[in-house]
Amino acid sequence: MKKDIILSGVGGQGILSIATIIGEAATKTGLNLKQAEVHGMSQRGGDVQSNLRLSDTIISSDLIALGTADMILSLEPMEALRYLPYLNKDGWIISSTAPFKNIPNYPDEQDLNEELSSLPHVVLVDVDGLAHQNNMPKCANVILLGAASRFLEIISVEELRASIERVFGSKGKEIVELNKKAFDLGYAAAEK
Amino acid sequence: MTKKLLLGDEAIALGALHAGIKGVYAYPGTPSTEITEFIQKSTIAAERDVHNTWCTNEKTAMEAALGMSYAGCRSIVCMKHVGLNVAADAFVNAAMTGVNGGLIVVVADDPSMHSSQNEQDSRFYGKFALMPILEPASQHEAYQMMAYGLELSEKEKLPVLMRITTRMAHSRAAVEVLETAQDVSRLPFAKDAASWVLLPANARRQYTKLVDKQHILENYASSYARLELDGQEKRRGIIACGIGYNYVKEAEAGNGGYHILKISQYPLPKDQIKALAACSNEILVVEDGQPFVEEQVHAILGCDYPIKGRLTGDLPRTGELTPDCVAEAMGKVSQRYFDTPKNLVPRPPALCQGCGHRDVYQALNEVVKEYPNARVFADIGCYTLGALPPFRAIDSCVDMGASITMAKGASDAGLFPAIAVIGDSTFTHSGMTGLLDAVNDKANITVVISDNLTTAMTGGQDSAGTNKFEAICLGLGVEPEHVRVVVPLPKNMEEITRTIREEIEYAGVSVIIPRRECIQTLNRKLKQRKQEKQL
Repeated sequence: MKKDIILSGVGGQGILSIATIIGEAATKTGLNLKQAEVHGMSQRGGDVQSNLRLSDTIISSDLIALGTADMILSLEPMEALRYLPYLNKDGWIISSTAPFKNIPNYPDEQDLNEELSSLPHVVLVDVDGLAHQNNMPKCANVILLGAASRFLEIISVEELRASIERVFGSKGKEIVELNKKAFDLGYAAAEK
Repeated sequence: MTKKLLLGDEAIALGALHAGIKGVYAYPGTPSTEITEFIQKSTIAAERDVHNTWCTNEKTAMEAALGMSYAGCRSIVCMKHVGLNVAADAFVNAAMTGVNGGLIVVVADDPSMHSSQNEQDSRFYGKFALMPILEPASQHEAYQMMAYGLELSEKEKLPVLMRITTRMAHSRAAVEVLETAQDVSRLPFAKDAASWVLLPANARRQYTKLVDKQHILENYASSYARLELDGQEKRRGIIACGIGYNYVKEAEAGNGGYHILKISQYPLPKDQIKALAACSNEILVVEDGQPFVEEQVHAILGCDYPIKGRLTGDLPRTGELTPDCVAEAMGKVSQRYFDTPKNLVPRPPALCQGCGHRDVYQALNEVVKEYPNARVFADIGCYTLGALPPFRAIDSCVDMGASITMAKGASDAGLFPAIAVIGDSTFTHSGMTGLLDAVNDKANITVVISDNLTTAMTGGQDSAGTNKFEAICLGLGVEPEHVRVVVPLPKNMEEITRTIREEIEYAGVSVIIPRRECIQTLNRKLKQRKQEKQL
């Protein structure tokens, strides 16, 4: 079994933290992993992505080929669309609904939503709204991971929760609990 | 052995530490920065007192490492590809002197120019300097090659070039690593002046020795290469270099159908190329970067042998390799299910909100409006983003330090006002000598050293000149009344614009230093302080 995931967003949103949690869980369960990251200039508010490949067999390429990604996991709706040509025909898009408008020509939100919603396997979650309502402004990325956990298959929900505990462990019990709560909120939100 | 999840850069750093280096010498540059940062944070480096502070530029780094080698210890030098241009004098001549303690020069190329101004392929430099070159295919191989390379370096008494590309540097994978670092005993200090003093008479002898060593270096590369034959039948042959091998294996997907020669070391092993050619009916060269191998293979096999690659258009002539372009060149048809979406616009990077460079550009734009012929010569760093909207404030950005020297040359040709914008770290890297030229010629230029107290673009590394800029400028001979310091904040806009105007009107070299800490490093410090308080 393999899962090729494209994580996307805007520089500074925290896509690499999502990759860290999934990667930690994958390594713990003995899966092979390759993860290509973007460092450098794009991190200054530009579009960023990371290719995360998980498999129980050997992985050769660091990059995901066009038409083969199993999931696009995005913290921003337009950035989810950017990688659409990489998605395979049964692939999922799990995306935040909140647009990040740091450019003057951002597309019309309604058009964007319509285009996203017209795709076959899409889960849109208002992660920013959930983060705000639950007083956890910095946990939007973990909420999104919670939503995605229903569709990851290659790693169980329990393993991901355990990974949160290990990844955030050094920051204290309070932070761990907050992130677990965020994860559960996302998980619940993806049910509908 | 234990398994660790490491970036290519981190695997190189750990491999070097485990192979007993006594120092890393580097100037930050994407995608090479994380090598040195990993060593700076490592406990092995702390326990073993491994030198790891940043150097002022790549040339000083290369020379310091050569000094460490002279003194009998192992070291590595790290830089991005264009950094090798800066270090080139030391690099090429280090092959002439040879080394004592093992020395690897790790150079990270950036095909597709994710964070760079060109796509130069460092393997050409290695060939030019007649050095052995290593090009790992995986993070694990990169780790292992550090011990291999340092031993090779000591055995053949030559520096070794390791060439990686962005995808290797910034991609994470599991690496099997040793539990502890090797104990490497230091070698005696070098003392053979005849090889270290490159007077023409000595240099001629050294050069002959270097040329004579080439067949030995090729033998190493031949032993390292791996020919994977799929049966006896004549098939399509593939030369897969460095990470190109991964894309080939991805497309081949265990189904065979190709003879594959994996190359991870140069000079190019001619015997292996000929062996592959003998059992193939054509050869596809898969290499990241420029057609370095492809050109040489033509010379090895003659012009009648069918060779495909970047020069023939079977692979794109520019940009990094992708699994898609390699699969296509191998004759695999990939399927795409979704078209490029309609509601999509580019999202270029931008200067951070609250960044001092923003205030500098706002002020500059306001003043420059008053001078129809004004030109702003900028430099390499975050502030290069001033080229983009909303500022569109700069007219050039070429190489580290070129702002001051280009402004001077333009001024020599009568351009007024000629304004240079350079960051603090870039100024100490390569701007100081240009400023001395300007002072000596009494050039009519205005230099803005936008000082954010860090090397910001690469993630906030220490900047060599922090707290020393006024002293440096005065020392180089800039008139004290024309070294002006301002604080780039919106509330100071009137003072900043007035200062710029006054210094443009001064017919000579003036330096304006807008100084305010980078918003990224400031926020990180505040966050850290808050965390420390909570604990």
